Amino acid sequence: MSEVRDYPSRITDPNSRKLGTFSYLPQMSDDEIRKQIEYIISKGWNPAIEHTEPEHAFGHYWYMWKLPMFGETDVDRIMAEVDACMRANPGHHVRLIGYDNYRQTQGANMVVYKAPIDTSKTC
Amino acid sequence: MAVKTYQAGVKEYRETYWEPDYPVSDTDILACFKVTPQPGVPREEAAAAVAAESSTGTWTTVWTDLLTDLDHYKGRAYRIEDVPGDDESFYAFIAYPIDLFEPGSVVNVFTSLVGNVFGFKALRALRLEDVRFPIAYVNTCNGPPHGIQVERDKLDKYGRPLLGCTIKPKLGLSAKNYGRAVYECLRGGLDFTKDDENVNSQPFMHWRQRFDFVMEAIHKAEQETGERKGHYLNVTAPTPDEMFKRAEYAKELGAPIIMHDYITGGFCANTGLAQWCKDNGLLLHIHRAMHAVLDRHPKHGIHFRVLTKILRLSGGDHLHTGTVVGKLEGDRQATLGWIDLLREPYVKEDRSRGIFFDQDWGYMPGAFAVASGGIHVWHMPALVTIFGDDAVLQFGGGTLGHPWGNAAGAAANRVALEACVKARNEGREIEKEGKEILTEAAKSSPELKAAMETWKEIKFEFDTVDKLDVAHK
Repeated sequence: MSEVRDYPSRITDPNSRKLGTFSYLPQMSDDEIRKQIEYIISKGWNPAIEHTEPEHAFGHYWYMWKLPMFGETDVDRIMAEVDACMRANPGHHVRLIGYDNYRQTQGANMVVYKAPIDTSKTC
Repeated sequence: MAVKTYQAGVKEYRETYWEPDYPVSDTDILACFKVTPQPGVPREEAAAAVAAESSTGTWTTVWTDLLTDLDHYKGRAYRIEDVPGDDESFYAFIAYPIDLFEPGSVVNVFTSLVGNVFGFKALRALRLEDVRFPIAYVNTCNGPPHGIQVERDKLDKYGRPLLGCTIKPKLGLSAKNYGRAVYECLRGGLDFTKDDENVNSQPFMHWRQRFDFVMEAIHKAEQETGERKGHYLNVTAPTPDEMFKRAEYAKELGAPIIMHDYITGGFCANTGLAQWCKDNGLLLHIHRAMHAVLDRHPKHGIHFRVLTKILRLSGGDHLHTGTVVGKLEGDRQATLGWIDLLREPYVKEDRSRGIFFDQDWGYMPGAFAVASGGIHVWHMPALVTIFGDDAVLQFGGGTLGHPWGNAAGAAANRVALEACVKARNEGREIEKEGKEILTEAAKSSPELKAAMETWKEIKFEFDTVDKLDVAHK
């Protein structure tokens, strides 16, 4: 068995913050994000995009990007909105949501872009 | 020697309580019993006796019977069915009028249904297999304090099962050391930790100190991870007053969730606590100690699908349901059946899952299924497949037994869980491809890699004792 390792999470390191589902996995590629969008569409859920400054990520409400894309089933168009949200909000975390209006919940909610935080400056 | 014939009391029950032509009413409470009569007792008589002894009947006629309309208040045996693969037992279906029972009281319903009748001499064994609660009765009960959707909103966790861990050793830790174990699990990526059911308030760790240290652990882990965390503070206590005292203190500390053992603690205490949780905004985790005493024997007792319905009516936001794959008993199809009964708004009769009646829950919320006991990262693909998203997967030894400690064990479980959910969403068959999925995920998680090396050989392959009834011939 290998040497015991330390678990490197720190309150003082903002990069130790997690962001819910898939935040323990490596950042998804565009291709992987497209597959998750396909999953949301296949469930009949309504896609939506949210973003936030990293220091305000704990709250229940992030900024909503435009409006949820009710009835949208075109993966390219949803991908384009994810890109547009990221371009318009540099340095923000971005998550993709699938609203399940029948069960009144979010069937999916996953981080698709975790902004890197430069800890040499401020936090 | 002559053949023994049955002479129960002084009258034939079937004259009064066997009504094969009875048209079941939408408001009746229906029950299915598996009856094993004494030799020589005819099926109709045994079924009628169960109906009588679980409703209005007594062993002899009394004059006050004539002061009421017993024809209205009596339970009726209305159907008899063979038990597949079993020649000595049969299913008896019994209908009870709704006004035989106090509204909103599982205590009252089950005092009748599984009361004196279970000791009735004419029966060798008796098992309550299923109960249909009419929507008219469901609507009189409190139900889960919050339910799945509200819990997800409060915790801001969606699109995946939640992760928990029962702190071990189950007995003997000081409150401060216990809080340490909690903190390590939560900072590593678990959503919840849990008091063991045996942990109430013992000399080595009084409840109040445990609550204090655990809350400090939760606050620090939330600050550190930026995610919401909880610990099921067990408020199961010797008396209701003491239980509520502990619950009040948990609320004062800002605890998001507390815990109760609904069978040993009792249905009365549980229903009261669930109402308190609804009024005070605390989630309620329910453990099921003593259930196996009632539900494990295939011919006697109460099936767990009935105990599940009792809990949903009495109230709880989580209920332990077995794992199918871990160290504890549980047939897969039957488990899927009672998971549906816990979570879904409407469940159809489905004998392949042991469900005897349609069950309409109306607007009553569902509760999370909790899979706990003897599970580790290698079980993750099967658990995600069996339980879907609305479950709490609890790895006790599977977190704390990690060679690098609780935080690493927690991270390993979280990575394995997310990898399985992601692969499932991509359309992959994660039970078949489990090994590749976990191996791929371990490339970016040394914690998961170490966990996979630690536990790869462990399996639990004993056959289940209580199986669904299927024909053997």
